Amino acid sequence: MPQRSIPLSILIIDENRLRAAVIEEGLRDAGYDRLTVVHDVVGIARKIAETSPDVIVIDLENPNRDVLESMFQLSRAVQRPIAMFVDRSDQASIEAAVEAGVSAYVVDGLKRERVKPIVDMAISRFNAFARMARELEEARSQLESRKLIDRAKGILMATRGLSEADAYALLRKTAMNQNRKISEIAESLITAAGLLAPPEE
Amino acid sequence: MRKSHEIVAGFMPLLDSAILVAAKEMGFAQAEGVELILVRETSWASIRDRMAVGHFQVAHQLAPMPIAANLGLTPLAAKTIAPIALGLGGNAVTVSNDVWARMCDCGAPADLDAGAAGRALRAALTARAREGAREPLKLAVVHPFSGHNYELRYWLAGSGIDPDRDIEIVFVPPPLMADALTAETIDGYCVGEPWSTAATLAGAGRIATVKAAIWRSSPEKVLGAAAAWAEQEPEALAALLRALCRAAQWCGAAENHHELAAILAGPDYIARPAEWMLYGLSGTLAIGSGATHRIEDFFVPFAKAATFPWKSHASWFYSQMVRWGQVAHSPENAAIARETYRPDLYRSALKPLGVALPSANAKVEGALAAPTPVGSAGASLVLGPDGFFDGALFDPDKLDDYIAAQRR
Repeated sequence: MPQRSIPLSILIIDENRLRAAVIEEGLRDAGYDRLTVVHDVVGIARKIAETSPDVIVIDLENPNRDVLESMFQLSRAVQRPIAMFVDRSDQASIEAAVEAGVSAYVVDGLKRERVKPIVDMAISRFNAFARMARELEEARSQLESRKLIDRAKGILMATRGLSEADAYALLRKTAMNQNRKISEIAESLITAAGLLAPPEE
Repeated sequence: MRKSHEIVAGFMPLLDSAILVAAKEMGFAQAEGVELILVRETSWASIRDRMAVGHFQVAHQLAPMPIAANLGLTPLAAKTIAPIALGLGGNAVTVSNDVWARMCDCGAPADLDAGAAGRALRAALTARAREGAREPLKLAVVHPFSGHNYELRYWLAGSGIDPDRDIEIVFVPPPLMADALTAETIDGYCVGEPWSTAATLAGAGRIATVKAAIWRSSPEKVLGAAAAWAEQEPEALAALLRALCRAAQWCGAAENHHELAAILAGPDYIARPAEWMLYGLSGTLAIGSGATHRIEDFFVPFAKAATFPWKSHASWFYSQMVRWGQVAHSPENAAIARETYRPDLYRSALKPLGVALPSANAKVEGALAAPTPVGSAGASLVLGPDGFFDGALFDPDKLDDYIAAQRR
């Protein structure tokens, strides 16, 4: 038995710098320190030749994946054959990766148990990143909704002489009657008010 | 009540996604009881992966892709069939203004003739080498297993240019081609529309020749279908094939081109100006410097059995995979390539439509010098002209001879 094998060299390609940083951090925390991160594929052949990665992690939506794969095919820049994922029989892991939006290319001949933790880490970090982005988006849209409702209330108060509470009650009642969100009603009202308002100077 | 089939299809933002897009947008899918969901993708690799894990049942694919998958040449390759083609032609070879100027010095033709353009390029390369240029010109294609790669190589080799020695072939995603040409990271490219128009309208390059001039009426994209799904859901597949056939017919009618261009220009599809689509659809290309040139059969969505999955097309792609060292030739591999294309499924699905169904599964490619009536069922059918620019013939029954003759 060899003692401890040399840690694997990992190349992360992601146009999204924030996500790349999140993955890098995860892998570093897990003890992988031979990491290279790049954000675009210009000059990638040289980068691969220099770092000679055992594993390449790239986001699935990257338009340059075809470029990267063709490089493996030509194998001029890449000295060793590279396959996608480590084990084609591991369908569950492949599905999880595609769902998460990440793909991994692995040098031929590496043992599954050496590569799987890396792929799993990438998958979980991609999922965490997507969750974070979704939460951010929700927070943003909540803020937007509140602003819309405030504006709609203001319009009702000005045009119908309602109190703030009555203006809100009217919006809520309309939304319930039409089975729509209050923010949608507010948006239509703002649009309508904009259309009906006298042209501004 | 007819059963409704939900089918998810991946596609790339290219003019020849038109048939899939029209099937959905013009109601042809719905009329066949198909709820067609289209998902735009950013790479052919992504389309392949998402088919492999079952996100997509079918997809817009480069015609050689399903063959390469079945031969085990690509990662994550799940068995894929090609039951219908998505039109003929549609590509152009665009070069930088600098390369074009050099080609003009060497007698480049104004009419996009492939033979004359190839001779001009060879002479330009020779002159360039004499001046001491060391780096080879870089020409880009979209994928190693693509009609673009094979027709560009066929044209170069047929013009006396070794595509591996005299030129460097690189890979660039279609929407990035024009920018790469402007940035001078490449010197030319072969791609589907509207990505040549993107460069010529911007003044970044000149169309030197087109797919239709290299090999007229030649295959380009197919509908790839996951073989396992197609086996489980034959009715859904047949319904989709009928919808695509109707959509192809609609796309092929000149009076619909403005409407089609407007749909394709939408944010969910190609997301570029509708005018860009019209050049390819009409066949009157903006070739550069404000000039236009009309190409017969530049892109053929329906006429001339343009959606029929000819086994001879599959065999020709296979012959080029062998030629360029992507796969070793064996009778078994040749059979895998041939059997990827499924004219039997096409015929049985489309029979009720009364459209022209070729009687044969394969034909001698390049044999028709003029439009020629051929044997068909359903409606009469005229094929051709379909010549290769070098006048060669491809007889799928003489595959071994063809492969031996093109060996370098």
